[in-house]
Amino acid sequence: MEAVLFFGAAIGALGGALGVVAMRNPFYGVLALIVHLFSLAVLFLLLTSAFVAAAQVVVYAGAVMVLYVFVVAYVGGDTESAWEPIPGQRFLAPLLGIALFVELSIAVLASSLLALGTHGPDVNPGFGDPAAIGRLLLERFLIPFEASSILLLLAAVGAVVLAGRLGTGGVSKGTVRGSSEHSSEAPAERSEDPLTVPSHASGGAA
Amino acid sequence: MNIEWYIVLSSLLFAIGATGILIRRSPVVILLCLELMLNAGNLALVAFSRMVGNQQGQIFAIVVMVVAACEVVVGLGLIVAIFRRKLPLDVDALRELRG
Repeated sequence: MEAVLFFGAAIGALGGALGVVAMRNPFYGVLALIVHLFSLAVLFLLLTSAFVAAAQVVVYAGAVMVLYVFVVAYVGGDTESAWEPIPGQRFLAPLLGIALFVELSIAVLASSLLALGTHGPDVNPGFGDPAAIGRLLLERFLIPFEASSILLLLAAVGAVVLAGRLGTGGVSKGTVRGSSEHSSEAPAERSEDPLTVPSHASGGAA
Repeated sequence: MNIEWYIVLSSLLFAIGATGILIRRSPVVILLCLELMLNAGNLALVAFSRMVGNQQGQIFAIVVMVVAACEVVVGLGLIVAIFRRKLPLDVDALRELRG
């Protein structure tokens, strides 16, 4: 049963990954990545880490992928024009990928970790459930937890600065222009109005 | 299943992600391939944590997830900024920073 689940999830993960690399349209790539993430969540469950699997589904396949879908829909999922700027890149890059895989496998499997051939020690039923992870996160790893929260805040601020309105001044000018776009049209009208239709300007002033 | 199956699968996924980064030219797809590599690392972390019988590797995986979310937010913000400035969404065309 476990082997069936493992191989099913592994095929899903590999297929999703290959789909991300091979799909011309980025939209289908995002959908393939969602398949990949769900398969990885199954693998995490097989490794008795329930909380990481739940976080994978909620955070990744939920929130992050929605962000990707929005950006792909905004930018437009047009396909890439041609594949390779360097001649032969299409053939050299998979070779390098295979070399990387062989190297990683040799590095891990030829290490003298004897426990690699087992399926790990027997653990109690609470291994990796939210209670255990939460206790570990809030007691022993409190400082990394807080540091990651600061990192999330910094990333949110950075995204607002980067993707704000087109302006030279960054966020302050951008938000001023963005929020008062409606009112910035009104002064332009008012400054135009005395030249063309003075009655409107007086009416606006009154 | 033995732990080595998970480790081999993780290194295979990592290699696929690296190949994608080398091949593709759209920044969105390159970010997606970065996600593949980070998730391969997460799988290895969780597998080693199961191998040792210790939950600290899962904490590490959760922190990696947080870092990946931050990277996605900043990267997608960059892509939106590039798109707004009507620059081409192609990492080979954006070469002003190249030395």
